[in-house]
This record gives sequence, C-alpha cells and structure tokens, in this order.
Amino acid sequence: MIQVRELTKFYGKKQVVENVSVDIQRGKITSFIGPNGAGKSTLLSMVSRLLDADTGEVLIDSTNTKKMKANDLSKRVSILKQSNYMDVRLTVRELVSFGRFPYSKGRLNGEDEKMVDQAIGYMDLESMEQSYLDELSGGQRQRAFIAMVIAQDTDYVLLDEPLNNLDMKHSVQIMKILRRLVDDLGKTVVIVLHDINFASVYSDRIVAMKNGRVVKDGTTEEIIQSAALKEIYDMDIPIQQMDNCRICVYFNS
Amino acid sequence: MKKRILIPILVILSFVSLFVGVSSISPIDLLDFQSEETQIFLISRLPRLVAILLAGAGMSMAGLIMQQLSRNKFVSPTTAGTLDATRLGILVSMLLFANASMIEKMAVAFAFALAGTFLFMQILDRIKFKDAIFIPLVGLMFGNILSSITTFFAYRADVIQNMSAWLQGDFSMIMKGSYELLYISVPVFIIAYIYANRFTVAGMGEDFSKNLGLKYRSVVNIGLVLVALITATVVLTVGMIPFLGLIIPNIVSIFKGDHLQKTLPHTAMLGAIFLLLCDILGRVLIYPYEISISLMVGVIGSAIFLFLLFRRRAYA
Repeated sequence: MIQVRELTKFYGKKQVVENVSVDIQRGKITSFIGPNGAGKSTLLSMVSRLLDADTGEVLIDSTNTKKMKANDLSKRVSILKQSNYMDVRLTVRELVSFGRFPYSKGRLNGEDEKMVDQAIGYMDLESMEQSYLDELSGGQRQRAFIAMVIAQDTDYVLLDEPLNNLDMKHSVQIMKILRRLVDDLGKTVVIVLHDINFASVYSDRIVAMKNGRVVKDGTTEEIIQSAALKEIYDMDIPIQQMDNCRICVYFNS
Repeated sequence: MKKRILIPILVILSFVSLFVGVSSISPIDLLDFQSEETQIFLISRLPRLVAILLAGAGMSMAGLIMQQLSRNKFVSPTTAGTLDATRLGILVSMLLFANASMIEKMAVAFAFALAGTFLFMQILDRIKFKDAIFIPLVGLMFGNILSSITTFFAYRADVIQNMSAWLQGDFSMIMKGSYELLYISVPVFIIAYIYANRFTVAGMGEDFSKNLGLKYRSVVNIGLVLVALITATVVLTVGMIPFLGLIIPNIVSIFKGDHLQKTLPHTAMLGAIFLLLCDILGRVLIYPYEISISLMVGVIGSAIFLFLLFRRRAYA
C-alpha cells in the first residue's frame, strides 16, 4: 500500500497541493481525476519522488520513501510521465532494456535479457523491437514505454496521463493492457486520467482532486454518481448504465 | 558504418600520415635508428599522428556527451561557448602567471572550460523555448561574448599575437615534448565509456533518469567535467578545432542511434579518421606548404553541418 500523508507543495506562493492524505491500495487500478490545475500530476510526481514535497511524507509498504535509496525505490515504484517529444534515437529493445537499469546498470545478464524478452512479448512489440522510437506511431511508442516499465518489474506503476495524444483505438488498447497488468501480474497501477469515462470503465478506485485537495476518494461505484461529480466538476452529469459500464454523459450538461 | 570498415581505414590513413611531409621518409629509412629520417619520424611525425588521433577522438566524444546531456543535436564545444571559455582561461593564466607552465595553463583553462559549459547548461535550463536551432544560436552568442572579452583584455595586455596561436588549430607545430598533455584524454575515454549507459539515460531527461534511480545531476556534472578536460587539453596543445564535435556525433547518430555504449567507439574512430583526412589533405593540397587544420575542418565541416541542417528540416 502507498500511504500519502499530509503532502503539501508550493509553486512560488501558490499552493498546488494542500495537505493531501490518501491511501492507494495494492492490486488495484486507482485513477486520479479532477479539473485542470487540481494538482493531480504534482501529487503523482511527489509520490514517485520526481518532485520533493514541501511537507508531508509518502510510505510505501510502511517504509518512508525519503529513507529509501533512489536505486532501491526504482525497483519498487516506476513512473511514466506524459511522453513528450523524444529526440533520442533508441530502438524499442534498447529502451526496454533500460527498464533493467536499476538492477544491472546497463550490463544485462541472462535474467535481465529474459525479463526484457518477456516485456516485449507481453506488449506485442516483437515485430518492431529493432525499430527506432522516432519511427513509431504515438500508440506504439507508448506501448514501448510501458514495456520498459514492465521490465523494470516494480510492484507499483504510476502513469501521468498515458492516453494523451492517443486516438480511441490506442487509448482502449493501453487501458486494457493496464487492466491486465493488475489482473494477471498483480501490479498496482495509479493513473492520472482526463477522460472520466475511461476512469469509470477501467478503474477499481477513484480519487478526485480539486484546487490541490482530495474532494472524493472511494470505489468507482461511489464516485461515478451525479451528486459526487457535481461536487468535483461543478457540472450536472447524468450517468447511463450500459452493460457493465457506467458512462458519464457530460457533453451537453 | 561497421567497426571492421572503420579500423582498416584508420590504420591506412595513419600509415599515410606518417610518410607524407616535406622531408620524404620511407619505411626503409626507419631501419637505421641513427638516421636523420628516423629522428624526424620520432620527433615530428609520430607525435603529430598521436596528437591527431587523440584530438579527433576526444573532440568528437566531447561533442557526443554534450549533445546527449543537453538533449540537443546541435550543441557541441563549438556551439556552447566551451572553446571560447577555454581560450579566455588561457589568457587569464598568461596574465596571472608571467611564464605559466603547461600545468598551470591547463588548470586555469580547464576551470574556465568547465565554468563556461556549466553556465551554458544553466542558461539552457532557463530557456523555455527549446528549439533545436535556437539553442545553438544562444550558445554561439554566449561564445562570442566570451570571445570579445578575451580579445579586449588580450589587446590591452598586448598579447593578441600570442593568443591567436590558440585561435587556429595547427598540427604542424606538434613535436615531441609539446603534445603529451593530450594523453589526459586516454583515461577520460575510459571513464566516458564506463559512464556511457548513464549518459544515455540522462539524455532521456531528468524525470526518466530519476524513475530508473539514476542520480541525474551528478551524472550531468561528471559529463561536463569530461568535456571540459578534453577541450582544455586539445585547445592548449593543438588549438581550436571547430565543428568536429558537432558533425561526427551527428553522422554516427544517423546510422547507429543514440545508445552511447554502442556509438562511443564509432564516434571516437570516425572523429580520428575525419581529422586525419583533413590533416593529410591540408598537407598535400598546397605542398610544400600547409593549410591549417582549423581551416580544413571549418570548410569541410561547415559544409557537412549545413547539409545536416537541411536534412533535419526535411525530416522535422
């Protein structure tokens, strides 16, 4: 379990994350939702130690992350930020191999190679493992990065808006993969999402943030309710049940 | 671009370089250890070859490391002010210590090269508009500011003549006793190779590095120290060699990608080959005179650089 305890972050004088405490349960997909500027990405960056918190602490399986060595932490928690334009010419296999960096420092042994093979196979990237990243489509590149995280073999996988710039087909593909990571491999996935319906359909728990604070925290069924959404987004959003999916119809509200 | 092609080319060119020159020396002359030819060979030709190989490999590697760490393909000792900072350092060492020894000059030049490169990286951090062409322009301006400071004080101190010796790279002055400082780059090569994977990871950005548990800042700083060491030794012994650190890594990157562990040896070898070729051409074209190496590299290098620029536009 990841326990976030009273995290606070200022950018200049503006408080972007305000005294946030939240528990992230093991073996589940937890989605962070909320309006722009709610502090979701900042919170995720602090949990994954990309950013130092001004106050507060993060416990991973009861150990304070500040007391862990950077290298040990990178075997427990991995984070993928919104993948920006990448100007580095690496092949898919080279990128995925860097997932083993915390273990091997770049000198891969047989075990490492096996993990890399598995990750590439799991993400269905065998046919393009020798292609350079800049030759791939956005969806393929995102899959390559997720393969790297799989090779990194951490219990906790954090993703900051992984669906950005992806079309519908690839978005669904990525979300299905994340679901499999949790259901088949027992990982814990934490994800910042913009599209509330992806959060509704694929996550087990939802944490809603607004103005730097957690306003709602519960199971998907508890959060995907018109009353709760009103509080988060200031919008009247009807919910439609379709098969097993609860869909928020926010387009004309 | 395979090693088994590069290595034979390097060996052949090295052999040619040893036996091209004003006084003709043939391999047979070397059998007589006392002959004048053997003396020239040992005092001038061999040091010249070693200096070219080390400087060519070194400047290319310095460029590669800088490009990786700054995440910009057009950053190099030429386009980031490193060369100009080094030259300012040499001036300062000359003004401070009347008869500066090589080691004193080296220390001051290294400190300035490091400070200059570090300053450029700080500027880079603050620039929001990270355009591939804009960044090296900022670097060139930064270098020109340093360069005009150097010229101003050199003029005031009446050492312009002396300074210009470091402006133009020149291998014809290389002799036994004047180039040995370049051997510093050998351990630098080894350290760079050991750090190759870390540099590659750092080149993917700070967040990416931290995710993999890499101490980003210290890796970047080690990289800058290596770059400053190589640049300072080369400028002090040979002089400024522009463009080399820019074009060689870019050519290798096009063919072999950016995985430094794979590309470092190729970059070093291609850098040495390119510089050797420029040097031999410079010696042969207006025989028995010589075209200085910085002119040769400048002309051929800027042509290739322009080609790369246009090629990049086409792909962008």
